[in-house]
Amino acid sequence: MSLFEEYHPLTGKMFQILKADGTLVSGQKPPISDQEIFALYKKMLFIRLADQRALMLQRQGRFGTYAPIWGQEACQVGSAYALQKGDWVVPAFREIGATLMMGISLKSFYLYWMGNEMGSRAPEGMNVMPVSVPVGTQTLHAVGVAWAAKLRGEKVVALVFFGDGATSKGDFHEAMNFAGVFKTPTVFFCQNNQFAISVPRSLQTASKTIAQKAIAYGCDGIQVDGNDLFAVYLATKEAVEKARSGGGPTLIEGVTYRFGPHTTADDPTKYRTEAEIEPWKPLDPFVRLRFYLGEKGMWDEEIENRLTAEAQKEIDQAVKDAEAVPSPQVEEIFQYVFAEMPHPLKEQLEYLKSTL
Amino acid sequence: MREITYREALREGLREEMKRDETVFLLGEDIAEFGGTYKVTQGLLEEFGPARVRNTPISEAAIVGAALGAALLGMRPVAEIMYIDFSTIAIDQIANQIAKVRYMFGGKARASLVIRTQGGAGRSSAAQHAQSLEAWYSHIPGLKVVMPSTPYDVKGLIKSSIRDDNPILFIEHKLLYNEKGPVPEEEYLIPIGKADIKREGKDVTIVATSRMVLRALKAAQALTEDGVEAEVVDPRTLVPLDEETILQSIKKTGRLLIVHEASKRCGFGAEIAALASEKAFYDLDAPIKRVAAANTPVPFAPKMESFVIPDERAIIKGVRELLG
Ligand SMILES: Cc1ncc(C[n+]2csc(CCOP(=O)(O)OP(=O)(O)O)c2C)c(N)n1
Repeated sequence: MSLFEEYHPLTGKMFQILKADGTLVSGQKPPISDQEIFALYKKMLFIRLADQRALMLQRQGRFGTYAPIWGQEACQVGSAYALQKGDWVVPAFREIGATLMMGISLKSFYLYWMGNEMGSRAPEGMNVMPVSVPVGTQTLHAVGVAWAAKLRGEKVVALVFFGDGATSKGDFHEAMNFAGVFKTPTVFFCQNNQFAISVPRSLQTASKTIAQKAIAYGCDGIQVDGNDLFAVYLATKEAVEKARSGGGPTLIEGVTYRFGPHTTADDPTKYRTEAEIEPWKPLDPFVRLRFYLGEKGMWDEEIENRLTAEAQKEIDQAVKDAEAVPSPQVEEIFQYVFAEMPHPLKEQLEYLKSTL
Repeated sequence: MREITYREALREGLREEMKRDETVFLLGEDIAEFGGTYKVTQGLLEEFGPARVRNTPISEAAIVGAALGAALLGMRPVAEIMYIDFSTIAIDQIANQIAKVRYMFGGKARASLVIRTQGGAGRSSAAQHAQSLEAWYSHIPGLKVVMPSTPYDVKGLIKSSIRDDNPILFIEHKLLYNEKGPVPEEEYLIPIGKADIKREGKDVTIVATSRMVLRALKAAQALTEDGVEAEVVDPRTLVPLDEETILQSIKKTGRLLIVHEASKRCGFGAEIAALASEKAFYDLDAPIKRVAAANTPVPFAPKMESFVIPDERAIIKGVRELLG
């Protein structure tokens, strides 16, 4: 039986491999080697620290309004790790993890959020779309990207991220429907972090799970423990392989929790209490990995401190490099409106420059 | 007179109408416990309960379309769309349904709903969060478009909008919410379709909308040093437009400068310029001038954002060019 049959949404089962206490679900084994697990842990730590730095920079006025990943690292690292060279990531606006996993430098990532659109210019071969501020819109692009690949005979998969809130958008349903009808190699990854700004998941949809929405579109759907790196990775890997071999789209619901504010402009105390957060703390994706790696002698406080120090150094450098990039010039704003600058726009630029 | 913020004045207007008429209810994203992204509806859930202050899923088309359905049955919904940028998701409902339903039902249907939204730049919120789309909506027959610039106006106009039997797009500005101004304690209404002369002057007419009214007033103040007395006219409602007040002002000054935050091309300024050339051509002593945002997306970087959006200096420069 395939994973998607075994965990069909109507069974009510959530796919999990690594439990919160760091032990394995009986009958399950880690889908990757211990070396890989350690490397991914290190990556997750780097991402968490880089995310925290972003929050700090925002408070100091050196960053724009920012949407932190805090708590969702396993969803993004585990799923992006299942991709191959040439595959695409289509992010929403909370995807520091997936973005860095695709090879985009932290400097570029920071550059964008410091207010320079040049930061979204992914280098050749790093297939990451720019941030989508309108919620859910990007799901459609992931269908188009995958469709183009299919038309060109390329074995490329598009992995799109969105939140539980985005599943209320018509765009999401139209994207799922297109993907189902055209059998596009798209993997829909919903990070169900329990909130859309202030609105809890229970008020977003009356469906029992988000995964079950796949059924209506003739697609596979699976709910996974989004704080379990192993389950996220394996479910995505199966979905990616199926997509690559012509089996069509999959909807993955990663059940996770947003520990931070919605964005730096948010005040979560208005809609959730500390007591509500408490039960999620032991489910943090880092906790179980530390237990697991600790058991293998691959993690302790000392290792954590060393990894942290190394990461902070790299992050310091990325901040420095991003801040050293000269701010965009007025010409650039006009230059990228069209492929070529029409005459009236040139005239407007000249006039505005004369006012400087 | 007491001074309160634009946000407080707006909330008072909503509260008074909800008390006055139980068919009035609010719906939108994060408007309940959270009080709305810009905190306009804060406290209203506690006062009126969840049936009348309704958080919705993230479904702009449903918010607006369902509001229309409710209006057709005699309710007076006030739908909040968090950013005008996302009103585009509901544009089928707005353009094809809400604005046309009275006409298509032979005058029998009443689309008595208000869509409250906010637009504008100035907070470094980048290209998909900072647009000024009022001209799009002003182009659609059957839809009224209201764009208040002061606490006094926003309160009087939200109350009139809620009582109006036509669909209304009510456009606030994210940088106006904290602006303070005099608002009387006693009840008042401001008629829809009535412009306001925010400052009298004899040398030049500046027609400005929304946040640009504040900048035009500052520019007008600065221009007194050149001995120039500018008249600042705020249309307050774009549809229907108070043509009379604008034309009268042009008659007096002979010069017209139009200021708005939306990009210049096909902005609302083009409509006012056309009005002036059709109906006030012989009153004009100089060509009409527009000061508006560049025809580019709104840039993310604060410095670049302020470069493309008109400021006092741009308005002053515009006036000086007009006066030759
Ligand atoms: C179309 C649209 N409507 C509203 C918003 C305002 N908004 C920004 S993020 C957000 C919540 C998104 O929730 P979810 O999809 O669950 O993602 P999360 O933020 O939890 O990652 C909302 C309502 C928006 N950006 N786009």
